[in-house]
Amino acid sequence: MNKKALLLLGCPEVPVQTGIALYLASRLKNAGMDVFVAGTDAALDLLKVSDTEGHYVDTEMMTHQDKCVETLAEKRMEFDFCFVFVHNDAGISYLATIQSISKAKLFAIIFGHDAEALSGQIEFNCEKLVAKSVHNPIPLKKEIDERIREVERWAVSN
Amino acid sequence: MGCIELMDFEILLSHTSFKEGREFIRRNFKDVYEVEPGYKLFDVYLIGVSPIVIGIENDHVIFPYVKPCHGTFVLKIEGGEEIGRLKSRI
Repeated sequence: MNKKALLLLGCPEVPVQTGIALYLASRLKNAGMDVFVAGTDAALDLLKVSDTEGHYVDTEMMTHQDKCVETLAEKRMEFDFCFVFVHNDAGISYLATIQSISKAKLFAIIFGHDAEALSGQIEFNCEKLVAKSVHNPIPLKKEIDERIREVERWAVSN
Repeated sequence: MGCIELMDFEILLSHTSFKEGREFIRRNFKDVYEVEPGYKLFDVYLIGVSPIVIGIENDHVIFPYVKPCHGTFVLKIEGGEEIGRLKSRI
């Protein structure tokens, strides 16, 4: 059975989020994972418009972020990996919630103007990928590229 | 989101950080309870950094409510059965 990965998006106000989400979804999908995405209606609509034919994320595997929290809290769903997008204080709250209700290996993708300060506020256990990307996704892509091989190895392990 | 946004609520604090919301509740309410993220209150699972604090004042609950694009709000809502459920956790 394929491993399951969740991408939990934040508010889509920072431009790099959609591009990085599609890039990460592509890498995880190519590694053989089932990729689910949760987010606000606007964040999900940005993905749907950007990936019109669903090459990277199947629209049936998209859900509202609070519905996703509900299914995890009620133990109706579990993931092997969760990638939480964090560029504001609310992002840390969602990250902490996933850390509390899920046993998935947790990654914080921290970006935006305040990336380093936000990273410093995260005191609980998770892997941090940090880049001060706002408009230019390349610094954050590099962070992902440096860490993704480890995830890809886990994707095929038992 | 669920029914909370359809309920009769009062906003005590808006567009703040989660930490500031927690401190506000601790500072302004004597009867305070700590729960973990994902605690179910009314029909929603609370979002936040542990511990999430919920205040009780008379027949109302005071709690943080996080929105991805707008930060943390501190809401006050008539608690009903939630008050007994919180108190029985001790």
